[in-house]
Amino acid sequence: MSHPTALRAERPSATAPPRRRVSTTKRKQNIAAYLFILPFFVIFLAMLVVPLVYSGYLSLFESRLIGGEAFAGLANYSRALQDPQFLSSVGRVGLFLLIQVPIMLGIALVLALVLDTGRAGGSKAGRLLIFIPYAVPAVVATLMWGYLYGPDFGPIAQVSRAVGLGTPDFLSPENILGSLINIVTWEFIGYNMIIIYAALRSIPPELYEAAEIDGAGPIRTAWSVKIPAVRPAIVLTIIFSIIGSFQLFAEPSLLNAIAPDAITNSFTPNYYAYNLAFINRELNYAAAIAFLLGIVIAVISYVVQLSEQRRERREGAM
Amino acid sequence: MSASRTARKLGVIVVVGALALTACSPGGGGGDEAATTDDITAEQREEALSTPTELTFWTWVPDIENQVALFEETYPEIDVTVENVGQGLPHYQKLRSALEAGEGAPDVAQIEYQYIPSFVLSEALLDLTPYGASEIEDDYVGWAWNQVAPGEQVWGIPQDVGPMGNLYREDLLTQAGITEPPATWEEYATAARAVKDTTGSYISNLGATQAGQLIGFMWQRGAKPFGYDGEQTVSIDVNSDEAKEVATYWTDLIQEDLISVDVDFQDQWYQGLASGKYAGWLTAAWGPVFLQGTAESTSGLWRAAPLPQWEEGDNVSGNWGGSSDAVLASSENPIAAYELAKFINNDDASALSLATEQFLFPPQTSVLENAEFADQESEFYGGQKVNELFSEISDTVDTEFQWLPFMEYVYSSYEETIGTVIAEKGDIAAALDDWQDQLVSYAESQGFTVE
Repeated sequence: MSHPTALRAERPSATAPPRRRVSTTKRKQNIAAYLFILPFFVIFLAMLVVPLVYSGYLSLFESRLIGGEAFAGLANYSRALQDPQFLSSVGRVGLFLLIQVPIMLGIALVLALVLDTGRAGGSKAGRLLIFIPYAVPAVVATLMWGYLYGPDFGPIAQVSRAVGLGTPDFLSPENILGSLINIVTWEFIGYNMIIIYAALRSIPPELYEAAEIDGAGPIRTAWSVKIPAVRPAIVLTIIFSIIGSFQLFAEPSLLNAIAPDAITNSFTPNYYAYNLAFINRELNYAAAIAFLLGIVIAVISYVVQLSEQRRERREGAM
Repeated sequence: MSASRTARKLGVIVVVGALALTACSPGGGGGDEAATTDDITAEQREEALSTPTELTFWTWVPDIENQVALFEETYPEIDVTVENVGQGLPHYQKLRSALEAGEGAPDVAQIEYQYIPSFVLSEALLDLTPYGASEIEDDYVGWAWNQVAPGEQVWGIPQDVGPMGNLYREDLLTQAGITEPPATWEEYATAARAVKDTTGSYISNLGATQAGQLIGFMWQRGAKPFGYDGEQTVSIDVNSDEAKEVATYWTDLIQEDLISVDVDFQDQWYQGLASGKYAGWLTAAWGPVFLQGTAESTSGLWRAAPLPQWEEGDNVSGNWGGSSDAVLASSENPIAAYELAKFINNDDASALSLATEQFLFPPQTSVLENAEFADQESEFYGGQKVNELFSEISDTVDTEFQWLPFMEYVYSSYEETIGTVIAEKGDIAAALDDWQDQLVSYAESQGFTVE
């Protein structure tokens, strides 16, 4: 965690010589500070760290229906790395990520920029409308789209048949990934738009004045002033999206009910871990899969951050 | 830039959180209490039933409170709480969690026949023989009793069964020139062609991911895909010659586009039954009432018949579905719990009302022979005595069919290997080999001896 380092760095180092004599007020303040963050750390430990350690412990064992539990070392992990179902599920969400995230964030960015110019009439209502899908629970959203996709009496299929285009099969094994991309994009555009929009609102207006004086039009301002200024927010949304993609669960698990032939048990890594634990009754292996998935997410998120940092540094040097 | 640092920090927090969330999963082990093996005496039974006792009963049978009320009237000291924790898989998941946690499990639970072995394996069920269960064996049709008592022990009391038959649209078949329901599978294929050509309907639908239906067909063919000795040995033979014969038959019909492969129990499928997209449904004895509710607008057009046969003149059927009520080994009041499971499914009034009010298809001979049940004429089926027909079919179900102690995996693996092939109209017989391989390797990895 970077909290403690940040706090320490902010403390003035000038107080070094009379080190012993930390004033009592200061000490009291410190104690109060620790007391304030204590509830967070208690819950953090009990709800996150302990389960994490416990499932790490579980992942080192092997439990069979016959013969019970036995220590297995890293056998579950090496099995996972050779498990074609796990690997293909990671590959599938990787593909999902590469296609869905740029589309979703692109649309979110454009919408945020349009709303920010204030030119589009009814910007408040627009903001709300775009944000509403995020307020709809994923379960409800998936059920709703499941109905819209329905090949027999889904409205899309009916319209398509009415104009003589035949019945689109959104729920076939070939098209299901695209259908899923559509659902998730619909759900999360508003959320990402709000983050970017909030960042846009915090840009100091002097920058715009300067740009205007330099003769920049609205598009040029957006490209050269606004987008660079909100880049940290965009990186944040990218990281959220990476995590969200790898953790896809509710959508595929609900679509499985209406398209069981298209959504396999290992459609996404999370869904696979769930099925391993509750259908195959291989809790230990599921724990290993969950851990590996966490590592994959951490690595990819870190790589994205690192490349962003590099880029910043490179630009800073210029 | 401070905004970017915040963003990065947030990113780190989120990543840690994500790690923690994905890594959460329950675990643990549980001990099981050994059951007593001495027979229960009449005094013990008397005492247990006259002591104030609270029982918990997990089931998803609708309105079972009515039958429970009958039980409580008879034994006023016993207080039963009925809980519906979900239907099918969620029910079993909660049951297994409670058993592993060592607390919170009910005294009596509804368990479908195919899941009994998995609970026997974890020693979660009480052997009911010392409580007098073997005495009521003759009250049930033989094959249903074999489902709850494959060996010496009795693991549950049969509640309902699903012997398979053929429900079909008489009007559509007549239009295609078929006046008698197909007696053999060969005739069925011919009829399928005629129906498709003249009416455009599929003669029936094979649910792509519906393992129960295809396993029922294998059951009829005499295949023995599964076996379990109650301990550590299983036999897996889902790609036997008989099974492949069944698979090839359906592959051919599907590839000729005479049978549709829509996923069943979905809106689209309900619509298909009501709209005449399917001119029939090869289903179990619980199907007639279900269909009546689903395809109301086609009332009077349907008829029921036995399944087509593999050999002319044969009369065999398979089973699809059905459940029992079992007593958990962890129950602190096993005698009262057994009496509850028995009463619900054995008391004349209770068992009859399960059949006439909840429309469960009975395994009790007393109900099957009861005029109130058997002579019921159904308008939906043009006044046919559907119950009587399925009673007759029930006598023709092969008696020795068994299950594996890990049917959850069997079904999910079916969906993966067979379900996708059916949906793609591929070769089901070839997919049976993949299914076989997956099942064997899972069984071996779980420590079973595979025969």
